[in-house]
Amino acid sequence: MTLLKHAARTFLLSEFIKAMWLTFRYMFRPKATINYPYEKGPLSPRFRGEHALRRYPNGEERCIACKLCEAICPAQAITIEAAVADDGTRRTTRYDIDMTKCIYCGYCQEACPVEAIVEGPNFEFATETREELFYDKSKLLKNGDMWEQEIATNLKLDAPYR
Amino acid sequence: MADLLVEFFQWAFGVTLVPWLAMIMGIVVGILAIVLPLLIAVAMSVYMDRKVWAGMQMRRGPNVVGPWGLLQSFADGLKLFLKETIIPASANKFIFLLAPALTFLLALVAWAVIPFDAGMVLADLNVGILYLFAISSLGVYGIILSGWASNSRYAFLGALRSAAQMVSYEVSIGFVLVTVLMCAGSLNLSEIVMAQKDTFMGVNGYWFTPLFPMLIVFFISALAETNRPPFDLPEAEAEIVAGYQVEYSSMAFALFFLGEYANIILMCAMTSILFLGGWLPPLDWEPLYLIPGWVWFFGKILFMFFVFAWVKATVPRYRYDQLMRLGWKIFLPLSLLWVVLTGFFLLLTDKIPA
Repeated sequence: MTLLKHAARTFLLSEFIKAMWLTFRYMFRPKATINYPYEKGPLSPRFRGEHALRRYPNGEERCIACKLCEAICPAQAITIEAAVADDGTRRTTRYDIDMTKCIYCGYCQEACPVEAIVEGPNFEFATETREELFYDKSKLLKNGDMWEQEIATNLKLDAPYR
Repeated sequence: MADLLVEFFQWAFGVTLVPWLAMIMGIVVGILAIVLPLLIAVAMSVYMDRKVWAGMQMRRGPNVVGPWGLLQSFADGLKLFLKETIIPASANKFIFLLAPALTFLLALVAWAVIPFDAGMVLADLNVGILYLFAISSLGVYGIILSGWASNSRYAFLGALRSAAQMVSYEVSIGFVLVTVLMCAGSLNLSEIVMAQKDTFMGVNGYWFTPLFPMLIVFFISALAETNRPPFDLPEAEAEIVAGYQVEYSSMAFALFFLGEYANIILMCAMTSILFLGGWLPPLDWEPLYLIPGWVWFFGKILFMFFVFAWVKATVPRYRYDQLMRLGWKIFLPLSLLWVVLTGFFLLLTDKIPA
């Protein structure tokens, strides 16, 4: 009897039909994926995306060229050269990040005593050439100006847990 | 077609065409009228395939290029056009390039005998079904040649698998064809379609008769014949990367891809001609005949293609020994048995077609 049952099940393709019915119903379910370029998923305030160099509200650069980020960077992606500026403060003359080396660990952000170098919420900075990914100081400062609002909000939200 | 062309040239340019020129031009126009829509259909079928597959996996599928992503295939095709054709250093260049062209050509050539509507056929061969069978058997050469000429282990393995698989399933396809031929009494595809008019209880098509199991066997064999999942062992991405296609790039790859999908549509067309009643409406009911036949035929191909994509989204890939067992130990005896049963049935009920 079980043999007959088994044979019937095999030849009537009942399992296949069940599976096909299942997949057919799934076709009408709401989509699990988001419509990416037009809608985006939520990001944590701790999200580590593209780097940015921040300024104080009066426009002064935060970075004091302490080189802690350069020292801690496990990928050695950061290169800094420092000098004394006209107003007698210590400033960077060169602040480069090789984004092709960066592993987005966030150690630079952790090491920074003045919250100058941060990893912002932007993750859509793909380029057409490799050279465009060698960020220099002006690019990083520009990022900082562009994303300041989001970065400040994220830092504030994450502050209680630090 | 030739008469129409002669009339058209008389009317448009005031010249009378010589008969042989008119005939050749008529054939060329007919070929273009089949191939151009077919290529567009192939592009759209790739899109539909991806969309159905995506839907069943709760994804969105291509939806950016053009309205609802309809132009995705054309974008992909353009990309492949612009890429460099890389020929491996140790490959046999001539055969390496011949193989994709052969695959593509054979996939298109088979369409010559497909009747899209009553009388709407390029070559109304009396042995149309044998022609189709022969052409689809030749399809394996494209894959074997590519696998051998690539001079690569993965490609060679894929080609060997494919050869064994296609040969195995052709046997059962052959016997399924025999059952249909016995009922229809003709090898001409148009006559096979007409024989399906009102087969049983006003339904057009052999699928509503005891030939239904053969439809299933044919369909599953067609999946194997076109290397579609669950029988996509020749290309098995997970094991042999892409099988016989592994060394191909650019247009050579695109030709394989187009040929593959043209073959799938051809198999859908064959299923609808042999079992679903071709260009006849599903029911033998007068108002349904008001809709032109090629619309019904197109709808049936569309439905069959949906099932192809549906199966792809549902079942996992077979193991190689399971594939061989299914082909030789189940489908072959089953279809052979059905040949005998159909013969007996036709003989006993005195329904052998004249």
